[in-house]
Amino acid sequence: MRYLPLTSDDRTAMLAAVEASSIDDLFVDVPAEVRLDGPIPGLPMHASELAVERHMASLARRNHAAGDGPFFLGAGAYRHHVPASVDHLIQRGEFLTAYTPYQPEIAQGTLQMLFEFQSQVARLLGTDVANASMYDGSTACWEAIVMARRITRRSKALLSTGLHPHYRSVARTMAKYTGDHLVDGDPGLGSQTDWTTLAANIDKDTSCVVVQYPDILGRIDDMTKLAEACQAAGALLIAVVTEPVALGLIKAPGEMGADIIVGEGQSLGVGLQFGGPYVGLFACKSKYVRQMPGRLCGETVDANGKRGFVLTLSTREQHIRREKATSNICTNSGLCALAFSIHMTLLGEAGLRQLAAINHTRAKAAAAELSKLPGVSVMNDSFFNEFTLVLPTAARPVIHALAEKGILGGVSLGRLYPDNEGLANGLVVAVTETVTAEDVAAFAAALKEVLA
Amino acid sequence: MTALNRAGWRPEMIAGGADDNTTFTGNRALMLEEPLIFEIGSDATTGVDFDDAAPAIDMGALARSAPIGLPGLSESETVRHYTRLSRQNYAIDLGLFPLGSCTMKHNPRLNEKVARMPGFADAHPLQPQETVQGAYAVIHELAEWLVTLTGMHSVAMSPKAGAHGELCGILCIKAALEARGEDRRVLLVPESAHGTNPATAAFAGFTVEDIPATGEGRVDLAALTARLGPDVAGVMITNPNTCGLFERDLKAISDAVHAAGGYVYCDGANFNAIVGRVRPGDLGVDAMHINLHKTFSTPHGGGGPGSGPVVLSEALAPFAPLPFVTRLADGAFRLIEEENADEDHPQSFGRMTAFHGQMGMFTRALTYILSHGADGLRQVAEDAVLNANYVLRNLEDVLDAPFGASGPCMHEALFSDRGLAEGFSTLDIAKGLIDEGYHPMTVYFPLVVHGAMLVEPTETESKAVLDQFIGALRSIALRAQQGDPALKSAPHFAPRARLDETLAARKPVLAWNEQGDAAETT
Repeated sequence: MRYLPLTSDDRTAMLAAVEASSIDDLFVDVPAEVRLDGPIPGLPMHASELAVERHMASLARRNHAAGDGPFFLGAGAYRHHVPASVDHLIQRGEFLTAYTPYQPEIAQGTLQMLFEFQSQVARLLGTDVANASMYDGSTACWEAIVMARRITRRSKALLSTGLHPHYRSVARTMAKYTGDHLVDGDPGLGSQTDWTTLAANIDKDTSCVVVQYPDILGRIDDMTKLAEACQAAGALLIAVVTEPVALGLIKAPGEMGADIIVGEGQSLGVGLQFGGPYVGLFACKSKYVRQMPGRLCGETVDANGKRGFVLTLSTREQHIRREKATSNICTNSGLCALAFSIHMTLLGEAGLRQLAAINHTRAKAAAAELSKLPGVSVMNDSFFNEFTLVLPTAARPVIHALAEKGILGGVSLGRLYPDNEGLANGLVVAVTETVTAEDVAAFAAALKEVLA
Repeated sequence: MTALNRAGWRPEMIAGGADDNTTFTGNRALMLEEPLIFEIGSDATTGVDFDDAAPAIDMGALARSAPIGLPGLSESETVRHYTRLSRQNYAIDLGLFPLGSCTMKHNPRLNEKVARMPGFADAHPLQPQETVQGAYAVIHELAEWLVTLTGMHSVAMSPKAGAHGELCGILCIKAALEARGEDRRVLLVPESAHGTNPATAAFAGFTVEDIPATGEGRVDLAALTARLGPDVAGVMITNPNTCGLFERDLKAISDAVHAAGGYVYCDGANFNAIVGRVRPGDLGVDAMHINLHKTFSTPHGGGGPGSGPVVLSEALAPFAPLPFVTRLADGAFRLIEEENADEDHPQSFGRMTAFHGQMGMFTRALTYILSHGADGLRQVAEDAVLNANYVLRNLEDVLDAPFGASGPCMHEALFSDRGLAEGFSTLDIAKGLIDEGYHPMTVYFPLVVHGAMLVEPTETESKAVLDQFIGALRSIALRAQQGDPALKSAPHFAPRARLDETLAARKPVLAWNEQGDAAETT
C-alpha cells in the first residue's frame, strides 16, 4: 500500500522490539467480543491510483460544472476568476501540510500570512481588528450574535429580513439552545430594505441588529442611521457581507458605524467548491477584541529582537478556558484564508476596485437586457453584482427548464423560501466578471423561450 | 524593548543575535527574510489584468471614496512573497510531525488532484439538484463508508470541523432529551478531554462535571456510574483517550449511561488508532465526530479547513441537522432540507451551516478511503499503533512514561517532565527538537500529566525515520536531565528564536499599521 512505508520485515522487527508476539498483542485492551478479526466484510479492498482517479472522475462528470455554460448563481457563493498562482501557492507543501502554528519559531510563514490576512480583512471591512478566520459566513454570523450577547448582556437579536435565509436558519438553530431571542422574518419583493423598521424596533433588551450588505435580494443601503440608532440604545450593529468584492465599490460597513462585521470570504481565492470549505471573515472594533471568537495572530519579537508573529490572546479560547471560552471553535479555515489573502494581494486596491467596477457594470448591463423580456422586471433600485428578477410565473420550474438548456440561471426564491408563495416569482441573478455578453444573450433568449 | 523592529531585513536586526556572522540583508543563504506586503506593495500595483478598463461608476453616497489601504503586488512578486513565507514553515512534507491527537499523516496528492476536478471544485451549492448528482453521490458514498467503518446507524455530514461536529452531536442529544420531555443539564467529561469538549457542552447550555480517572489513565467506571442519575444527559469520552489508551470499559460505561437514561458522545479525534479493528457502534456510542483531516488525511492547511462528520446511533439519528442527501429507489440522490424535512425528517434540530459541509474535504477523504480500502485502513491502524509503541518502548528508559505500565499504548505515546534537571521543562525539550529538524510533539496536553509530551508518529513514517527521531529525542532528554544550558535558549537554527508571547498579549498588535500601535482593547 503506497502510503505505508513499513515493510513486513520492519513490522516483525518492531513487534519484537516492543515485546509483542503479534499485532493483536497491541490491541489487547480492545475487548475480545468487539474486536474485528479481519477487514470489514462488504467493503472494497485497496485500489491503485489509476482506479481511484477513474472512479472519482466518473462522479465529477455527473455534475454540470459552472464553467460548462452560462452561469448566474450567487446567493451567498459567487463564481469569480481565481488567478492560477493562487492555487499553485496554496499547494506548497509547507502551507498545505502544516498544522496550526503552535510552535511559532517554525511556523512564521503561516503566522505572517495570518497577520497579513487579518490586516487585509480589517481594512476591507473598514474596521480595526479581524481574526484569523472562521468556518464560513453563516457560522461567523451566529458567533457574532452570541458575542453581542456577551458584550451587551442582552439577548434579543433583530435580524433583517434581507439576511440570507440559511444564515437565519443557522442562527435559529443555535438560538434554540443558547437562549437568544431572535426577531426575524422573510423579505418582501420590494426595492427598500427593512432597516428603518429595524431602527424603530430597537429597545432596551436588544443586543444587536443584524443586516446583510448587499442583502439576499441584492439590495444595498446606507447603514449610518441604523448604526446611530443602535449606539443610542446600547445595542450593537452586526453587518454581514457575503460578497466581499462589493467593498471595492461601496462603502465598508465599518465606515458606516457597524460594530461587528462578519462575512463569507469565498469570493476571493477559494472558488465555489459546492459549498465548502469556505472562509468566514470576522472583524470588529478593537474595544471588543477580547470577546471575539477564534484565533488571533499578533506581532511580537523573538529573543534576538527580530520581529515575529504568534497566536495571541488565547485566554479567550477553548484549549485554555475550556467551558468558559468565548467559543468552542478550534480548527479554522487557514488554507482558505491563505487563498483569500493571496488573491487580495494580487488584486491590490487598484485591482479590487477595477474588479468591483467590472462586476457592477456587467450586472447592470445584464439587468437591463433581462428586464426587456415581456413580463420580467428588475426589483432592485440599487445593487452591486446581484439583483432580483420578478418573473410572470414561479421561478423554480423556470430554473429547471433553463438547466435543461444548459443554462444555470440563478437561484429561485422558491428554493430559498419554499413556504412563502409571495416570493415564488423571484429569481436572484448574479453577474460577475466571468459572465460574458454572449452568456447574457443566451440566458435572455432561453428565458424568453421558457416563459413563452 | 522600546519599539518593535519592523524591518526584518535590515542588518542591525542581526546585532546581538546568536550568530555574529551578520549579512547586509539579514538573509542567510537559503534562509530568507521577508517583509510584510504592506511594506513592499502599493495601492496602485496589481498582479491581475482584466478584459475591461475600469468603468466610471457613480454609486452616490454609498461610493467607497476613501482609500482602503490594500497593497498589491505583481504576480512575480506575489509568487516570491508567498514562496519565501512558505519556507519558514515546518510541514509533514519536510519530516516527522508527531503532534499527539492531531494525526499529522502524509497527505496524498491524488486527493488534491481529485478535489480540483471541475465537476467538484466549480459547482455551486444551490445548483438544481439534477445538475449535481455526482456531488451528492460523493457525499453519499463517503457517508456509507463512515457508517460502515464505525458500525453506526447514520451520519451527519455538514459539520465543518471537529468542534462543530461535537456541537452537532451534543445538539442531537439535547434534541433527543427534549423529545422525551426531559431536562437533563449535566454532561460528564473527563479531565483529559480536549478543551473543545467542555467548551461545546457549555455552549449548548450544559453544566460540565469532571469524571475522575484511574491510576492507569482510564475513566473510573465506578465513580462515573455512581454519578449517573436523572440530571445527567450523558458523557463525552475520547476513545482512544488522550493518554493514548483504549478505554477498555467503554461498553460497560455505555450500558450504565443508557440504563440511567443518558447518551454517550465519543470524541473521535483518535479514530485513526482503531479504524478497521473495532467499531464504535459496537461499544454503545450514540454520537462520534470523525475529523476527516486526521484519520482520513485531508490536509491541515496551517489550521484548517477541517471537516467533522458525526456518526449517530439509531436513537439520535432522527435529530440530525439539515441538509443531507438521501438515495431514492431509482438511484437518484435527493437533498433533504427545510422544505421537505417535515415529511422526511421532522425532528431535525435544524441547520448548522449555510450549505452541505466541506465538500472539498469529502472528495479528498473518499479518494483516500478508496485508495486504502477495508484492508488498507485496518493496516493504517495497526501501523499507527505499532509505530507509537515502538517510540514508547524505546524512550521510556530516558523519559518518564506515566502510563507505560498500563499496557500497550494506542496511536500515541505519552511522557511527562519527571526527572528533568531543575529549571528545565517540557518546553525546552520541544524547542530542542526544533533544532534537530523535527516539529515538536504536543506539549502540556493532556492536562492530567505534568509537563505532558504526547507523541503521535502516525502510520506514514518509516522505521528509519522513527529510529532517527528516537535517537534525537533521547539525546535531548539526556541534555535536559543534565541541565545543558544551550537547551534553554533553543531553538538556535530556526527562522526565529523563542518569541515573546507575553508582549504579544499585553500590547496586542493584531493588524498592520505604520506606527505599530497596539489595539486599544478593554
